[in-house]
Amino acid sequence: MKYTIPKEELVHPGHLACQGCGGALAMRIMLKTLGKNTILTFPACCWSVIDGPFPYSAVKVPLFHTAFETAAVVASGIKAALNRVGDPKTNSVAWAGDGGTFDIGIQALSGSAERNDDMFYFVYDNEAYMNTGIQRSSATPKGAWTTTTPVNHPKATPKKDILAIMAAHKIPYIATASIAYPEDFTRKLEKAKEIKGFKFFHIFAPCPPGWRANPKDTITLAKLAVETKLFPLLEIEDGEKYTINLPKKDKGKPIEDYLKLQGRFKHLKENDIKEMQTFIDKKYNRLKILEEISQ
Amino acid sequence: MSKQKVMMGNHALSYGAVVSKVNVISAYPITPQTQVVELLSELCSNGALDSEFIKVESEHSAMAACIGASAVGARTFTATSAQGLALMHEMLHWAVGARTPVVMGNINRSMGPPWTIWSEQTDSLSQRDTGWLQIYASSNQEVYDSVPIAFKIAEHKKVQLPVMVVLDAFFLSHTSENVMMMDLDKAETYLPKYKPKHKLDVNEPYTFGALTTPEWYYELRYKIQKAHENAISVIEEAQSEFKDMFGREYGLVEEYKTADADTILVAISTAASTAKDTVDELREKGVKAGLLRLRFVRPFPFKKVREVLSSAKKILVLDRNLSPGIGGIIFQEIKSAMYNESNKAPIYGFIAGLGGRDITTETIHNIFEEAEKQDPKNIIWMEVKA
Ligand SMILES: Cc1ncc(C[n+]2csc(CCOP(=O)(O)OP(=O)(O)O)c2C)c(N)n1
Ligand SMILES: [Mg+2]
Repeated sequence: MKYTIPKEELVHPGHLACQGCGGALAMRIMLKTLGKNTILTFPACCWSVIDGPFPYSAVKVPLFHTAFETAAVVASGIKAALNRVGDPKTNSVAWAGDGGTFDIGIQALSGSAERNDDMFYFVYDNEAYMNTGIQRSSATPKGAWTTTTPVNHPKATPKKDILAIMAAHKIPYIATASIAYPEDFTRKLEKAKEIKGFKFFHIFAPCPPGWRANPKDTITLAKLAVETKLFPLLEIEDGEKYTINLPKKDKGKPIEDYLKLQGRFKHLKENDIKEMQTFIDKKYNRLKILEEISQ
Repeated sequence: MSKQKVMMGNHALSYGAVVSKVNVISAYPITPQTQVVELLSELCSNGALDSEFIKVESEHSAMAACIGASAVGARTFTATSAQGLALMHEMLHWAVGARTPVVMGNINRSMGPPWTIWSEQTDSLSQRDTGWLQIYASSNQEVYDSVPIAFKIAEHKKVQLPVMVVLDAFFLSHTSENVMMMDLDKAETYLPKYKPKHKLDVNEPYTFGALTTPEWYYELRYKIQKAHENAISVIEEAQSEFKDMFGREYGLVEEYKTADADTILVAISTAASTAKDTVDELREKGVKAGLLRLRFVRPFPFKKVREVLSSAKKILVLDRNLSPGIGGIIFQEIKSAMYNESNKAPIYGFIAGLGGRDITTETIHNIFEEAEKQDPKNIIWMEVKA
C-alpha cells in the first residue's frame, strides 16, 4: 500500500488539546501537506490555547494570534505583504473554529472570499464555542444540548449551511474534510495548493468533552458522520461544480448510530431522531442533484 | 526640486502615504475621509504608487489587514473617521500589543447619534488609552509632512508602535491649501525601507500573541509605556532630521508668543490656528496673550508643556471634544500635567465648537474675556443655546 500522507510532523507533541481532540488531529494532517512554507493565523478558539502559552508553541511554522472575528482578513493582509516584501509562494492560512467562522467572523470571511484573496481558510467545526465552555454557535445542530441550549430548550434551529454560503461566493475551491479520512483530506490539500484564489475547507472535528463523548470514539464519530451522510465528503469548484467523494452508497447508516455515542443528544425522542434523519436525507439528496446537474 | 501644489487635506494625507512608499493599504470609505481611499485607489491602479490595496468590507477589517501585513514586515497605511475609528477599537489595541507600526490618518468627526459628519476631536481622543501615538495637525502641509515623520517614529526600534495622524473634518480635509511636495528620492533617504526586528518569517518561525499569563503580560505593558517615553526623543530626532532635509520645523508642541505671556490658551488642531489671530489682536491691545498647541497628544509631552506653562498667570484650555461626566479631555490632561508643579496658576476649561460648529476669533476673544470675569471652572460652555 502506498503511503500518501507526508511523514514530516509540523506539530510538536505536548500541545494542550484535550484527549481525542478532532481539531488537534486536523491541524496535524493539514500542516503535513501544506508544509513549512506556511504562515498561520488563529483567531480566538480552542487552538489559541492548544498551541500553548508564551513562550511555548506547538507548531513549527510562524503563527499570528488575532482577534476572534479577524482570521480571514489578517490572513489576507499577510498574503498582501508576502506579495510585496516576502515570498509570494508562502501559504497564508487562516485556521478558525466554527464560532469564528459561522458567527462572529463571517463578515471578514465573506470579504476575503469575495475578493478571492489567494489564501486558505480552514474551519475545524466542533459545533459549539468550546474554548469558552460549550455554548451554542450557529454550527450547532438542531436538537443538540449545549450550556446555552439546555435539554429542556435544546437548539431549535438547524445548523447554518456554511457550504451554500461559501459556494454563493463563487470561490475556486471548497472542500469538506474529515480526520477519519486523512488520505481524502491530503489529496484535497494537494489539489488546493495548485489553485490560486480563495480555498475554503470545512473540517468535521469531534470534541469529546463538548459532545459528552468518550475520547476513544473520536475517529468512530468522524467516520459515522460521513457514513450516515450527515457530513458527506465533497468538493465544490467555482461555486458550481459539486463532487461527492464519500459516502459512495446512497443508503447511509442510520443517524441513531452516530447520536447514541454522544451525551449531547441523549434527551432526543424517537420523533426528534426521525426528523433529523429526514433532514439528513433531504440535504443529501439535494447535494446529489447539485452534483448531477453540474457534471 | 520640490514642487508646490494646492490640495485638500485628504489629498495631503494620501500623498503623505505616497512619499512614504507604503507597501500595503487597506481602508474603507467614510465621509469625510472618502477622497483618501479614492485617490489612493487611483494612484495604486495607475502605478504611481506601487502598493497592494485591500478593499475590505469594514474598518475593523481594514485595521486587521494592516496588522497582519505589518507583522510580515510591510509598511502599512489606512485612514478613517469617527464611526469607522470606533469600529476599529478592538484592533487599535491589537496593533499596539502586537507592536505593529501601522500609520493611520483619522479625520476628526463627531460621533453619532444623531448623524453628523462635522469636526470634533472626541472620536480620536476617546482612543487615547489604546497606546497609539497621536499627532494633531493644523495645516495641510503639516498633514502631508506628518505621514513620513509618523512612519519614521513608528518603525523606530525604540518605539515600534502605531501612529495616528489626525486632521479636522472639512476645516482641513476639504479645504485647499498650498503644500510643498517632497522629492521622492529625498523622502526615501529620510525614510528608508522598513526593516522589522521580528516578523512572520517561515525561515525563522515564531508565534506572536500567544496566551500570556500574569507572569509576563505585566512586563509587556511596561515596555509599551517605556516605548512611549522613548518616543519623546525619537520624535525630536525625527523632526530635527526632517527640518535639516526639508526645511520645515515641527515640535512636540507649537508655541506662539508664550515666552512672556500672562495668559496662555492651550488648544489642538485648527482651532489653534484660529487662536493665533486672536492672540495677535489681543497683543495689539496690550494683553499679554499666548498660545500653546499640542501637536502630540500621545505620548503626552509633559516636559514641554510644563516648561511653556511654568510662568503663565492663567491657563485656559479649549476643548472641541467632551468626555461626558467630566468635561474636556485636553483640560484633564493639562490639569494633571500641572498638578505637582510649583506654578499653581488657575486652569480654566472651555468647551466650544462641538459637532463642527465654528470656533471663530470672536469665540476665542470671548474665552479670554470669560477668564477675566470668572473664577476658574472645569467646564465653561461657550456659545451654548441653553
Ligand atoms: C470579540 C470576542 N468575543 C468573545 C470572545 C470570547 N471567545 C473566545 S473563543 C470563543 C468561542 C470560540 O468558539 P469556536 O470559534 O467555535 O472555537 P472553539 O473554541 O470551539 O475551538 C469565544 C466566545 C472573544 N475572544 N472575542
Ligand atoms: Mg467550535
